[in-house]
Amino acid sequence: MVPLVSQMNPDASTVAAGAPIEVDLTPIAEGQDIKVFWRGKPIYISHRTKKQIEEARAVSVSSLPDPQSDEQRVKPGHDQWLVVVGICTHLGCIPIAHEGQYDGFFCPCHGSVYDTSGRIRQGPAPTNLAVPPYTFVSDTKIQIG
Amino acid sequence: MSGPSDFQPTNPALKWIERRLPIMGLMHSSFVAYPTPRNLNYWWTFGAILSFMLGVQILTGVILAMHYTPHADMAFKSVELIVRDVNYGWLLRNIHASGASMFFFAVYIHMFRGLYYGSYKEPREVLWILGVIIYLLMMATGFMGYVLPWGQMSFWGATVITNLFSAVPYFGESIVTLLWGGYAVGNPTLNRFFSLHYLLPFVIAGVVVLHIWALHVAGQNNPAGVEAKTEKDTVPFTPYATMKDMFGVSCFLLFFAWFIFYMPNYLGDPENYIPANPAVTPAHIVPEWYYLPFYAILRSIPNKLAGVVAMFGAIIILAFLPWLDSAKTRSSKYRPLAKQFFWMFVVVCIGLGYLGAQPPEGIYVIVGRILTFLYFAYFLILLPLLARIEKPRPVPNSIADDVLAKTGGKPAPMVSTVIALMVAGGLFLGGAETARAAEGSTKPPAQKWSFSGPFGKFDRGAMQRGLKVYKEVCASCHGLSFVAFRNLAEAGGPGYSVAQAQAFASEYKVKDGPNDQGEMFERPGRPADYFPSPFPNEQAARAANGGAFPPDLSLITKARSYSRGFPMFLIDFFTQYQEQGPDYVTALLQGYEDKPPAGFNLPEGSYYNTYFPGHAIKMPKPLNDGQVTYDDGSPATVAQYAKDVTHFLMWAAEPHMEARKQLGLQVFVFLILLTVLLYFTKKKVWANAH
Repeated sequence: MVPLVSQMNPDASTVAAGAPIEVDLTPIAEGQDIKVFWRGKPIYISHRTKKQIEEARAVSVSSLPDPQSDEQRVKPGHDQWLVVVGICTHLGCIPIAHEGQYDGFFCPCHGSVYDTSGRIRQGPAPTNLAVPPYTFVSDTKIQIG
Repeated sequence: MSGPSDFQPTNPALKWIERRLPIMGLMHSSFVAYPTPRNLNYWWTFGAILSFMLGVQILTGVILAMHYTPHADMAFKSVELIVRDVNYGWLLRNIHASGASMFFFAVYIHMFRGLYYGSYKEPREVLWILGVIIYLLMMATGFMGYVLPWGQMSFWGATVITNLFSAVPYFGESIVTLLWGGYAVGNPTLNRFFSLHYLLPFVIAGVVVLHIWALHVAGQNNPAGVEAKTEKDTVPFTPYATMKDMFGVSCFLLFFAWFIFYMPNYLGDPENYIPANPAVTPAHIVPEWYYLPFYAILRSIPNKLAGVVAMFGAIIILAFLPWLDSAKTRSSKYRPLAKQFFWMFVVVCIGLGYLGAQPPEGIYVIVGRILTFLYFAYFLILLPLLARIEKPRPVPNSIADDVLAKTGGKPAPMVSTVIALMVAGGLFLGGAETARAAEGSTKPPAQKWSFSGPFGKFDRGAMQRGLKVYKEVCASCHGLSFVAFRNLAEAGGPGYSVAQAQAFASEYKVKDGPNDQGEMFERPGRPADYFPSPFPNEQAARAANGGAFPPDLSLITKARSYSRGFPMFLIDFFTQYQEQGPDYVTALLQGYEDKPPAGFNLPEGSYYNTYFPGHAIKMPKPLNDGQVTYDDGSPATVAQYAKDVTHFLMWAAEPHMEARKQLGLQVFVFLILLTVLLYFTKKKVWANAH
């Protein structure tokens, strides 16, 4: 029985291919964002503008559907970098960046709207866009995973 | 299926369903209350064994299909990935591959049982013909399944078998093109074979339902060959037959598990561990053992069309058996002549199987023709004749009488027949073995390997040294493309830590890309990368090596073998000797002679090797004393290098071997306990029936 079920799990080559990746941030200008793939998932890396950061921090945390402050979602000292898994927490579609009334992300499938911190503001999605595990290797390089 | 059931569920919900769909009544009357003759012997448990095997094959097959890629460029690799990377993939593949052999093994016993006890006679003709249809479907399914791994034997087997249809007059060529979906066996062929290989088992399952239905209408035959007349002649299916069948299946599983865990490649062909190559035909094309008798018939007839007709005729003739044998007495027990001829027929079939594996030359052709004649003579001359001239002994009045008569002396012949059959079967398998013999070479001496036998384990030190030899010597020409750096840190491997494997990987340059500029670039290796091959493609490899292609070494120890000869291969089955590959590789690496023996004409650019088939090898002597420095003080000799690198390559060919043998031990302990328990349960259940 165990083998019959266990074989459905990711095989060893898939697991090995899911090793951490490094991303160089130098080419991303302020206000731009890139999409990279890690473990088959799109990861948005946004270089936010001052205005966007201020917008994200101006809102009262307790009024959010999934209360989380912007500081909790970025690495200290690297406030301009937002790294989120680009998968809508509703049913897995990919939200479009720089769309929607909060200048964050907008999911075209069922109309969920996220702000510049990737937090859910409106629509059917239950939680904020997930932040993947990552660390800053240097000021201009992150390692995801 | 034997009339309306008296089964009445008591639970109101079940009652509600039963009134609308009497499925429980059907099950009850078919598999619980169904009367079975009380004198059935163990040959009758093979029906249950076959149903069980069909279930196993479908289950494992559906799972394997989740991981398999039916594409000519990827099929071979995807099978290797199943075995190497999928959780328990090696187990599932071993079950499915040896399961096919077990299925045929059981079906042959089932068929010979039917033949011996006259189970095809009135009123069971349709039952028998359905069985022949199942057998034909099984052959088609088995053949197409064998093509899927896309090794050398798969490819050339497919070529030869599909070419059979080219014998059809006028339309032959078009039929073959239609089967291939191209001008030769290729990707479209593989794709459709995969589709049909998935479909046919369900067709078989459907015909099996009809087969069982027909069986339950006519009732089971039995060793006495007289119909059940009264209640005293029968026992209810459950618990009597169920318990007996479960015990039978459990015994069969022990046999099956021996192959799965300890001899997974005993019935396979080493040639199939070489990826399909449309440019090179293997020296001997041998079908799987279960087709050998028919293959022998095909080859004994010198005319193409007649040969194909004879081969198919040999199977189709079974469907006419009920009318060819018109004797009134069913069971050969009471037919003194038929009984003897039956055993001769069994010997003829095994003989044909043996010949099917031999090269079609000299004495083998003549004997093949005689046996082919005898095969057909049995059905077309002997059985009709016997029905007229034989005087059968009186049959018992009823099954109950038969049972009472038997309780006197315990008959021993059953045991001796089993032994005789096993020896004969071994001979037959040995035939297959002999055909693989690499001609013109000396047998490599058998080495002692730490990984041989049921408790075998790899020697970490030898593997680490072997890896060093591979990296410093072999890797300049030979790839190791199915092994990833991460494998070096896996359990059962050379015993490196994850960090060591990572460091090892980073010493390699791996091609990656394209990057944002669309260019390929080189980066240090990661654990997930595979060993890079020394040449970008086969043409480059040939150009650099005097026209010879240095084979990839990932599977070399499984893709090379040599004949063990009679009776060694029989003994090998019990001793689990399966190290022909490693023995050969080690011997080859040490088998170089500076001067070929007098009279041997060595071609330009070749080297003389005692163990290489044909002796002229393109690879120069790869290893010399002191070439590789060992850190652990092991002797830096060619013999030591050869053994170490082979040890490492054996692991590379089967990284989960330790897991296989460990799980095998657990499974055997469990199965033996289960079998003993079932034996006593069965004995208890049957105690009041005797």
